[in-house]
Amino acid sequence: MTRFPLALAFVALATLPLWMPGTYYVNIASQILFYAIFALGVNVLAGYAGLVSLGHAGLFGIAAYAGAKAITAGYGHSVVAVIALATTLVTAAVFAALALRGTGLGFVMITVALGQIVWGVAYRWISITNGDNGITITGRPFPFGLSLASPRGFYWATLVVFLLALASMAVFVASPFGASLQGTRDQPRRMNALGYHVWMIRFLAFLFSGFWSGVAGLLYLYYNQFVSPQMVALTASAEALLMVISGGTATLLGPIVGAVLVVVMKNVASAYIERWNFVLGAIFVVIVVFMPDGLVPGTVRVARWARSALGRA
Amino acid sequence: MALSVDRRRFLVGAGGLTLATTLPRAARAQSRPVKIGLLTVKTGPLASGGIQMEQGTIRFLKDRNYTLAGRKVELIVGDTGGNPAGTKTKIQELVERDGVDMIFGPLAAFELLAISDYAAQAKMPILSLAAAEDMTQRKPNAYFVRASGTSAQYMHPLADYAAKEMKLKRLITIADDFAFGHEQMAGFQRVFEDAGGRIVKKLWPPLVTPDYTPYIAQISGADAVVQGFAGSNPLKFMKQYQDTGLKLPVLGNGTAGDEALLKSYGDEAVGMISCSAYTGDLDTPSNKKLIDGMVKDYGNIPGLYSAGLYINGQVAEAALEKTGGKTDDREAFIRALRAVSLTDTPRGPFTFDRLGNVVGTFYIRRTERKGDKLVNTTIKSYPKVSQFWTYDEKWFLAQPVYSRDYPPLKS
Repeated sequence: MTRFPLALAFVALATLPLWMPGTYYVNIASQILFYAIFALGVNVLAGYAGLVSLGHAGLFGIAAYAGAKAITAGYGHSVVAVIALATTLVTAAVFAALALRGTGLGFVMITVALGQIVWGVAYRWISITNGDNGITITGRPFPFGLSLASPRGFYWATLVVFLLALASMAVFVASPFGASLQGTRDQPRRMNALGYHVWMIRFLAFLFSGFWSGVAGLLYLYYNQFVSPQMVALTASAEALLMVISGGTATLLGPIVGAVLVVVMKNVASAYIERWNFVLGAIFVVIVVFMPDGLVPGTVRVARWARSALGRA
Repeated sequence: MALSVDRRRFLVGAGGLTLATTLPRAARAQSRPVKIGLLTVKTGPLASGGIQMEQGTIRFLKDRNYTLAGRKVELIVGDTGGNPAGTKTKIQELVERDGVDMIFGPLAAFELLAISDYAAQAKMPILSLAAAEDMTQRKPNAYFVRASGTSAQYMHPLADYAAKEMKLKRLITIADDFAFGHEQMAGFQRVFEDAGGRIVKKLWPPLVTPDYTPYIAQISGADAVVQGFAGSNPLKFMKQYQDTGLKLPVLGNGTAGDEALLKSYGDEAVGMISCSAYTGDLDTPSNKKLIDGMVKDYGNIPGLYSAGLYINGQVAEAALEKTGGKTDDREAFIRALRAVSLTDTPRGPFTFDRLGNVVGTFYIRRTERKGDKLVNTTIKSYPKVSQFWTYDEKWFLAQPVYSRDYPPLKS
């Protein structure tokens, strides 16, 4: 039953540049994909671990800054990717070690502070980050002979990475580790009593989340060929969290739906509606009122209700 | 110019050619309207300047009945949201989807820097107000034209006036802690110190701060204060400056003395000396037309942003007239843009240098109270000011770009 729509969605995504009119929308689709990867990463913590992070733009941004510095220093693109992701993982480990001293509100506040530190460094350490003028890079890589300079090439490469991210999430959620992470979210004390190392489980989940945030950050860098402190600002963290919450936390598809919503509103709707911020806010309010668990679980619930209502009639 | 050859070679090499060929540049009939894309900020903290940019553009097009050099003009406005990634997406929209012929804007330097490479690859002429020094200095873009001025271009004449006419010796600077503020004050410092003055202290409050008093408290041991704030910050600063009872004279940049802010200032602004590329009391026919139009349509007198965009419109018009309304040959069009030389504009006469930056008049004004209104009265004008001031261009470009720490303070 569920195979068919999935296959259809896959075909639609894979052929998107061929039927989408104009490169502009292909670029929007690429943006949706890498923001979806970022949101998927945030969802590991916010959804499955019950740890709401407001500092993930720091990880997203660090990958981009590390990548930009490595490119400026003249490294090849595969080395750049390794440097960027390694830097992100190390930062994520430091973040996790500090933030996991608390849960709930404490965790939120520590991640806010950590994210702001990264922002402060990006904004003020001008000799390294070039301050708010940002760092510009030239060129995108050529993996396996595919040029990413064109919107289509970049889209397909992003799609491949996106599918990898999605697959890794699916495996992760279904795995014993994923189950134990959800256990630490729902019953941390019992998990502890059962002999699970709650802290270590959360720590590893943080690294996993940070890794995909870093991958998304690197894609962001290659897409925009530019990185500036605005990318690591608190609003960027909040935006990622909004994607997760509006789509549905602790679901596979929720963050993706959320990414579509936010990116489309920000970039496409803003061309037609002057007060697009207002509309986006109104949409979030509607979601919170009518589907407090997010669009994806909410829609499933409505569909189930409709089916049973029809069945009764 | 060697640079454009390099860029073209780079285009082919890096596959940027794909980008260039996917642009909708197919056969274009001359009856097709000229499309102008305006990148501006209509949401967020920069919105007030952004909305004035839109007003200035619309005002100009209305004056010309939406017809330039015999072709109809279509204006497409994109709201960047005031962030670099949004600006990148919006310029892609304007270039790839709407097929515009030129871009007006964006507002902020960091927005402009984020799109500069893309615009050069797409060969898209940009007429911007954003003041980033290096856009027309160490990292020039062959498709860029700036009729307003660099950050420091406003400050060089002000520093000259402060040292030579006001005979000030020791000054303290205070400006927003971002590139625009840094570049301005660095430029001021160079000229002021070369004229024998001395900058005692440079203060950098964050761009968004509710309270300037901790910074104002550090102001002492100087003859005057130079402020280089942008947006609505000059208002906040002047109010708090007056409240703390400081009496030192205040000098300001273009955005601090902006005509558009005058209606929001109180008596605290009276006596402020500012330097700007646009001044409301300039007696040219086009400035009269602009002011009357703005007051009629929007109930406001124009300031830097609306006048700047009006002037951009005049530049585009002059270039279109030279190419006979043609925009398809981008190289020819950008050559025409950079060769523009106008006399009747709201900012007076100007031309462009080889890097696309304006060489024009800058005005020193004193803010005064006339009846129930504040006005700026021009007290001196500096004609033909280049972005290099009186320095040798080669020497200037060999120095590091103006920044927070360069030139360093003399201890």
